[in-house]
Amino acid sequence: MGKRAAIVGFGQTKGSSSRKDVNGIEMIHEAVSAALADAELGIEDIDAVVIGNMDHFEGINYVDMWSVEGSGGVMKPIIKVTTGGTTGTTVAMCAYYHVASGLFDRVLAIGWEKNSESDTTGAIITAYDPIWERPNMAGAIGGLAVDASRYMHDHGVTERDGARVTVRDRLNALNNPYAHLRQEWMRGKDVATLVDLLVSSEENQVLAYPLRMSDLCPRTDAAAALIFASEDVAETIAPVPAWVLAVANRHNTVYYGDLDWSLNETLEAASRQAFAKVGIREPLKEIDVCELYLPYSYAGLAWIESIGFCGPGEGRRLLWDGVTDMDGEIPMNPSGGVMSSNPIGATGVIRVGEAAIQIMGKAGLRQLNRDVKIAMATGFGGCYWADVLLLGKNKPL
Amino acid sequence: MEKVAVMGVGQTSFEREKDDTFEEMVFEAVQAALSDAGGKIGDIDNVLTVSNDFWDGRTISSMSVMYAAGAWDKDVSTVEGDGIFGAIYGAMRTLAGSFDTTLVVAHAKGSMGRMNLITNGMFDPIYQRPLGIDATMAAALQARCYMERTGATEEDFASVSVKNHRNGCRNPHVHLGMELSIEDVLRSRKISDPLKLYDCSPISDGAAAVVLANERGAKRFAQKPAWIRGMGHCSDSYTLGYRDLANTRALQAASRKAYGMAGIADPLKELDVVELYDAYSYMELLWYEGLGLAAEGRGAELMMSGATCMGGDLPVNPSGGVLSAHPVLVAGLARLAEAVLQVRGDAGERQVAGAKTALAHGINGACGQAHGVIVIGT
Amino acid sequence: MADRKTGQTELLYVTSGDMYQPYSYSLGRLGAEFLNTIKEEKRFLGARCPGCNRVYVPPRSVCGRCHMKMEELVPVSDEGEIVACAIIEFGFVDPNTGIARPVPYGTAFIRLDGADTALPHFLDSVDREKVKVGARVKAVFEETRTGKIMDIKHFALIDQYRRPGGSNGFSVE
Repeated sequence: MGKRAAIVGFGQTKGSSSRKDVNGIEMIHEAVSAALADAELGIEDIDAVVIGNMDHFEGINYVDMWSVEGSGGVMKPIIKVTTGGTTGTTVAMCAYYHVASGLFDRVLAIGWEKNSESDTTGAIITAYDPIWERPNMAGAIGGLAVDASRYMHDHGVTERDGARVTVRDRLNALNNPYAHLRQEWMRGKDVATLVDLLVSSEENQVLAYPLRMSDLCPRTDAAAALIFASEDVAETIAPVPAWVLAVANRHNTVYYGDLDWSLNETLEAASRQAFAKVGIREPLKEIDVCELYLPYSYAGLAWIESIGFCGPGEGRRLLWDGVTDMDGEIPMNPSGGVMSSNPIGATGVIRVGEAAIQIMGKAGLRQLNRDVKIAMATGFGGCYWADVLLLGKNKPL
Repeated sequence: MEKVAVMGVGQTSFEREKDDTFEEMVFEAVQAALSDAGGKIGDIDNVLTVSNDFWDGRTISSMSVMYAAGAWDKDVSTVEGDGIFGAIYGAMRTLAGSFDTTLVVAHAKGSMGRMNLITNGMFDPIYQRPLGIDATMAAALQARCYMERTGATEEDFASVSVKNHRNGCRNPHVHLGMELSIEDVLRSRKISDPLKLYDCSPISDGAAAVVLANERGAKRFAQKPAWIRGMGHCSDSYTLGYRDLANTRALQAASRKAYGMAGIADPLKELDVVELYDAYSYMELLWYEGLGLAAEGRGAELMMSGATCMGGDLPVNPSGGVLSAHPVLVAGLARLAEAVLQVRGDAGERQVAGAKTALAHGINGACGQAHGVIVIGT
Repeated sequence: MADRKTGQTELLYVTSGDMYQPYSYSLGRLGAEFLNTIKEEKRFLGARCPGCNRVYVPPRSVCGRCHMKMEELVPVSDEGEIVACAIIEFGFVDPNTGIARPVPYGTAFIRLDGADTALPHFLDSVDREKVKVGARVKAVFEETRTGKIMDIKHFALIDQYRRPGGSNGFSVE
């Protein structure tokens, strides 16, 4: 039947636009060391390693092999999993399955990226089908602008609504010492003023209409690592482990042109499956915090509808009513989210780690002022690759 | 603990410059595996694809095969590495309690890219790549280290090539089955000393798939189960200079783990057939030692004894091995498919009579940095 | 430059140079027929799934929903509707060519009449009032065609805003 598994350690490097002071292997080692220190374990305690990133972002083939001296994988079982933007959540899920299989007790999950070392837009363009879609796509920015056009058209959403999401996440990032974009000028200003500033500023240029710079995530260098442990050892490692309650994912289509642009059906289906596993009927009430992979602002409106926190077109209301703020009913991205740091291969690991530390009570300044019993993390990538993880304070039955 | 079985296997033909798209190759392999299992795509609970962005020439290479892999509305993930690691992760997912069945499918069209550029990309970009090193040059270094340590000769390597290419004549999936003499191999074009053309595998295109199931899931299929009795994987150091290239400690660790699970004490006696990853002829001798089939330094001796030939005590690579067709990433999964056919008695002309227990082996990285091993039995 | 006394070293990058990974992508029979038909006849084809009857453009060999092989090609229109769009304004190096792609340009996913999926391509306009979801477009072909998706020069916005009985039920304006 498989074993129960929990997260018992998390470590991350500080997000930055360029970590020229370290190479990728050294940066991975920083994150792994931080995770081991967090769990008070040594690398000798680790039974297996899972790692992921995107090959063409750093131009390194077989990264799992290249990085072993930094990851601690020498003379250990190691597997690489890679699914685009979802890579980090995919890595976390893979580590979970390692433990749940009963074959390994302590498994290290690592995500990393040095976006500064390559042309991210160029690399992302090569993720589109080489024959049909690559010749006219414009990286993540172009693809996301296309996505925004449809949601704005369908629901009459304005750029103020998008900016509201950005403002929430960037204000939250001020509490996170690891966040890449910490925009100190925003501190202390009220939400409406910040939204007004973003939509009226000439410096905030349009990159791909309808998206401005402030609607998009940064390119970040960072690494992050999680330690998963089996039910046999988890409670001896962490006083409050973050138990894995459910993992679910979907990735249906091959081509972007095959998507039904009016909804995010993969995120919807993965969420439904995860909620069914845990018995969640009213996600808004039953989930205490979310770390959502929002690569751009409007996803913070559209995708909370797909998850089922509200009905179609109601995301805007949730945002403006403050429901998703730190003191709202369902706080989203206390870490500042992807809008504040996007080291692509590590981003999903950070979502899961940030959700876990809310349960473990280790989130420092960004810790929610409430008892966090259930936390949700998501990943987004590929052609709407959707990963969903639910973590809990109580050991699952 | 729960058990996992391989319920079906499928392989396309492996050849150079296949016209099929990734999607077409994967669909063919998946349909073949489902048909072999006696099941339908609806019997599959989750899907694992195996591919590599460098070898496919695109980022997120698994995207192109989502339809063909039958991933629609299912949990799906992607392993980037040899297919044997896909099968190992697939077995974990099948044991974890979330899924009763898992489909694993690997694809590659290596002949459509440039092998030397792609494998140069796996070496350190700062210190090693500028030397122009690729997989074959690194293998030549390893072959030379092995010769120095054990006294193995180029004739010994050639005998592996002769055996495997001959075996390949009986496998309809491979493209380089042929009758060669030791002389033919020794006289073939020098590629990277001491390796010559017939010491090196071709780069082939193709796909392979396996259907995995736990005991509950196995009931969905008509095929008889081939149980995974043990598995293990392990990586050595990365930098070639940090490794003793003639030492197989990672393979030893991986295979000992698998043997421990399978309760195998003497693999040479207890295994009936081995399918190993002979990307280059010398590797087979080195892997004999890592797998515990020969004592350290005695790989060539085992080869020359004839034990690993068809009709010997422990035939190795009755399929013709990777030397007869090398669809990179697929090759380890093809080894598993062949091992399954052997223990089921379905290997046709290449069947090892009475085979009950088989071993499949795959590698990752330069000079077999990482190894994956699966022991399969009826 | 390293200063041994202070332990300060200038941090360096090593670039990959002009690392280039050439690759040949096969189109399969359906993809080849699609591009050959554009090249020779300036017409579009889609692949029809025998299971669900969806028409896929560009054609591909497997319907993911049904997990069925598709063999049949059917004609679709050279006119269609924008299902999602953007106007790209930021400059970037196009990995297809190695040079900066000229900006701004309009881009859209276009569902051709008779197809169930959308084809991404360039538009002939960067007018924010015209480049909109639901706008009608028509393919404009290159004079010299070579069997590539860029044999379609771009899609031109045409006056009609929505076709009669279109997805949102608007009538022709």
